[in-house]
Amino acid sequence: MIHELVSALPRIDWEIDDQGVTSAHPFLPPIWEIGLQSIATLTIVFLLVKFGGPSIKRFYRERTERIQNEMDSAAEAQRLAEADAESVRASLGDIEAERTRMLAEAEQQATALLAEGRVRIDEEVAALHGRTEVEIASWASRSGDELRSEIAVHASRVVDVVVEQSIDEALQQQLIEDFITRVGAGQSPVQGG
Amino acid sequence: MNDASIDGYARALFEVARADGTLDEVEDELFRFARAYESNDSLRSTLSDQSIPTAKRQAIVEDLLGSSATPTTVQLISMVVGSGRSRELTAIVDALVQRASAAKDRTVAEVRTAVALTEDQQTRLSAALANATGKQVNLKVIVDASVIGGLVATVGDVVIDGTVRTRVEQLKARL
Repeated sequence: MIHELVSALPRIDWEIDDQGVTSAHPFLPPIWEIGLQSIATLTIVFLLVKFGGPSIKRFYRERTERIQNEMDSAAEAQRLAEADAESVRASLGDIEAERTRMLAEAEQQATALLAEGRVRIDEEVAALHGRTEVEIASWASRSGDELRSEIAVHASRVVDVVVEQSIDEALQQQLIEDFITRVGAGQSPVQGG
Repeated sequence: MNDASIDGYARALFEVARADGTLDEVEDELFRFARAYESNDSLRSTLSDQSIPTAKRQAIVEDLLGSSATPTTVQLISMVVGSGRSRELTAIVDALVQRASAAKDRTVAEVRTAVALTEDQQTRLSAALANATGKQVNLKVIVDASVIGGLVATVGDVVIDGTVRTRVEQLKARL
């Protein structure tokens, strides 16, 4: 078959010497060699395209997909990182807000406690004043009562002594006579039954 | 001791004194002894003490009264003590006095005074009490220093109080 192909090629004149075929041009090979080489090249290219192309295409496609996947992964990672960063920033913001809120709440509670404490202290002071005044009044009253009681006790003791000492025989007789007179007149001093 | 027993002893003492013809005197002496007995805790506990022999308690009575009371009075009190009725002595004597007064159609008027009353005062007081109560009274005078001054007369359920003690108590109550 090759011989047939070669025979079908246009005839080329070249010189064959003892050193092989010599081209007429110093830089280009002979025409037939160019043609032959071109055919071979095209054949090889065809074969490569025919049999190696799909693998190469698949390789490049897979590579493209891998690269795309990696890019997607990187993009996803970047997105996640950005989301994390956003979350962190948000968290930082939340922490700051929480800190502010807690400080405000603590301030509010402290203010409320302070106000409540002042009110309670005022109430306790007022109650203490009231109790103290009541105690003072009670003590004054009690002291007065005790004083009156003491006076009454001493007066009672003195009364016995003074009366006994002041009643002499004449007064005794006068009391007896008065009694007899008043009973006889129906004017009894004290009656009971 | 029930009222019947007290009345029985009182009737017995009354009959003895009346038979002896010294009822008024004995009644008066018994009354005075009863008041002294009533107001003297030591005498009352001694004569009521069953652990002391009866003879010894009777001897105490005789020593106390001695010649200041009639023999009948001493014997009657000794009899009550000897019979173990010392605790009821006051009630027996009071019942005797009531009986004696009733026999004379009189009501007992117990008078407590800080100083002794003269005969004249007793007579006028009896008349005054009779006028006030509408009853003839058998006056029994008790000298009691605790009344301080004046008199208090008890005739049955009626008390006529003119004592300084009561006035002082009223004054103390007001104080």
